[in-house]
Amino acid sequence: METKRENVTAAETQTMAENNDATTPERANAPEVKMRARDLNLWYGETQALHDISLDMYAREVTALIGPSGCGKSTFLRCLNRMNDLIAQVQIRGEVTLDNEDIYDPSVDVVQLRTFVGMVFQKPNPFPKSIYENIAYAPRLHGTGTSRSALDDLVESSLKRAGLWNEVADRLHTPGTELSGGQQQRLCIARAIAVNPEVILMDEPASALDPLATATVEELIHELKDNYTIVIVTHNLQQAARVAGYTAFFHMGQIAEFNDTDTLFTNPREQRTEDYITGRFG
Amino acid sequence: MQRRLTGSADDPRIRSRYRTESRFKAYTITALFVAFAIILAFFADIITQGYSAFWRSEIQVTLDYNERAERVGQFALQEELREVVSRGAVRSIPLEIRNNPELAGSTREVWVPVYSRVDQYLKGNEELDPELAPIVDRLAEEDRIRNVFNWAFFTSGDSKLPEMAGIFSAAVGSILVLFVTLMFAFPIGVMSAIYLEEFAPDNKLTQLIEVNINNLAAVPSIIFGLLGLAVFINTFGVPRSSALVGGLTLGLMTLPIIIISTRAALRSVPDPIRLGAFAMGCSRWQVVRDHVLPLSLPGILTGTIIGLAQAMGETAPLIIVGMIAYIPDAPTSIFDSATVLPAQVFTWASEPRKAFVEKTGAGIMVLLAILLTLNAAAVFLRRRFERRW
Repeated sequence: METKRENVTAAETQTMAENNDATTPERANAPEVKMRARDLNLWYGETQALHDISLDMYAREVTALIGPSGCGKSTFLRCLNRMNDLIAQVQIRGEVTLDNEDIYDPSVDVVQLRTFVGMVFQKPNPFPKSIYENIAYAPRLHGTGTSRSALDDLVESSLKRAGLWNEVADRLHTPGTELSGGQQQRLCIARAIAVNPEVILMDEPASALDPLATATVEELIHELKDNYTIVIVTHNLQQAARVAGYTAFFHMGQIAEFNDTDTLFTNPREQRTEDYITGRFG
Repeated sequence: MQRRLTGSADDPRIRSRYRTESRFKAYTITALFVAFAIILAFFADIITQGYSAFWRSEIQVTLDYNERAERVGQFALQEELREVVSRGAVRSIPLEIRNNPELAGSTREVWVPVYSRVDQYLKGNEELDPELAPIVDRLAEEDRIRNVFNWAFFTSGDSKLPEMAGIFSAAVGSILVLFVTLMFAFPIGVMSAIYLEEFAPDNKLTQLIEVNINNLAAVPSIIFGLLGLAVFINTFGVPRSSALVGGLTLGLMTLPIIIISTRAALRSVPDPIRLGAFAMGCSRWQVVRDHVLPLSLPGILTGTIIGLAQAMGETAPLIIVGMIAYIPDAPTSIFDSATVLPAQVFTWASEPRKAFVEKTGAGIMVLLAILLTLNAAAVFLRRRFERRW
């Protein structure tokens, strides 16, 4: 991983920009920052869970959020696609932007936002429908794939990108809930990809999986990075080190430290970061 | 070698612990046995009292369509049979002759039902008039009396003559009432539950509504009858005794049951399914329609069926809205006067005549059979359509 991490520098940024030019010209001048939080505060009723969070999440990079339980990292993640809206008595102040567009602006359609910012949950939660329907559901809902053949193609390409195609190609119409845990999680990732989001949020996507399935999912995250901006919450520090280019360390509802993953893990600025990553608490 | 695992049998504390345990177990078994015995006794009583109503005695007679029979049907019978044959069997003879004048003067050999007291005598339930008994005995010896399955019990309505009385009109009434109840309570109940469970904010008002719904389920059913009387009959002028007013009244009573069971079914859909759907960009309605409802439908249907089964066995509120009426002919619409099975049983149970005792038992058996079928359907639906995840 050392080699990988070394050069998130000019060279790679440039190749990324070139990729941009080639594949999606309209995004050519998009800023490098995909999502940005500024002075974000969040209260559950009377309890403040997030304090002045400011964080930049870079395009086509994996940003890991680490920290001890209850530090607010999952809460912050859910702010990025406004899943917190579903919880009563949540109050949010501050700004979160997607491509410089405030996602908490009253004119924002949450449904629209979530097609740009997809999410994968801790526990695999495929719908109790067939594998095919799991993936075809959202595109059909949003009207992006209406014809049968277009849907078939979309299902195939999504499953391929999630690395699941070879395992399920011959049983697309069996229930998604009959897959193994790791397969279910990759199905959920495929399901998120099928909507063609720009950002994928992952809330401890591998914590319910065995080591082998975890490795597969991590590899997948690595590949997805080329096309998507990924924000991942993880308890597993090695996992953060393996998959993420940038890591934010959350502590007591604040960002204690944010840096590229290498620096954060090898040369942390803060004492509490060091204490956490060396296992003295957490 | 010291045996540490078996030596405790002498320990008084352990012995007393085992004693307490077996005593407690004996209590539970006794309780179960008592409950089972009571149910068994109940069924045995109903069946022994009621099974004979499914059979009836018929007598072979020669009907003589003479001139006097054109006015009073009983004159078509030989004199000694006039007390033996059911009045109900011959009362339509004048009408028959009027409709088919060519019948006049002819004779016909037919099997007709016997008078209810003769029927009871033949079934061994009751003594008979000393003058009549020898005649019946002789007829039986001549093989002019037979015992057949009482189809008429299922195809005819109530009658003042026990041998002619059946449950058909009450059954039709019950079906109409349940239909109205379902149409009224199911959509309102399910929609209310969906709103409360999926859309409503969790505030004081919804909490108040929730508490009230739970309390409504515990309100004595007769209160609903009074409400139905006041609202549907007195205010809205719905015809009294009709299946419509009965169905609406029972609908009021079933509503909280449907709401509560639907909410339970909705709540049993795991949240990750909802969250997953929301994260895909579903609106609330899409989440409910595509994910929550399909998963909770078996539970909703089960609750509805159980609510309907309860409504079907309900009598008190229907008495208040006039559904205890004497209904010989089956209602043909929800606006006709009607009665229901339990009300029919109630009517028969208050009859002093012996022949109605077996009708009561038979009516209860039919009612129980229908309720068991409904409950079995609920269990079947739950088993068949329950999806695991």
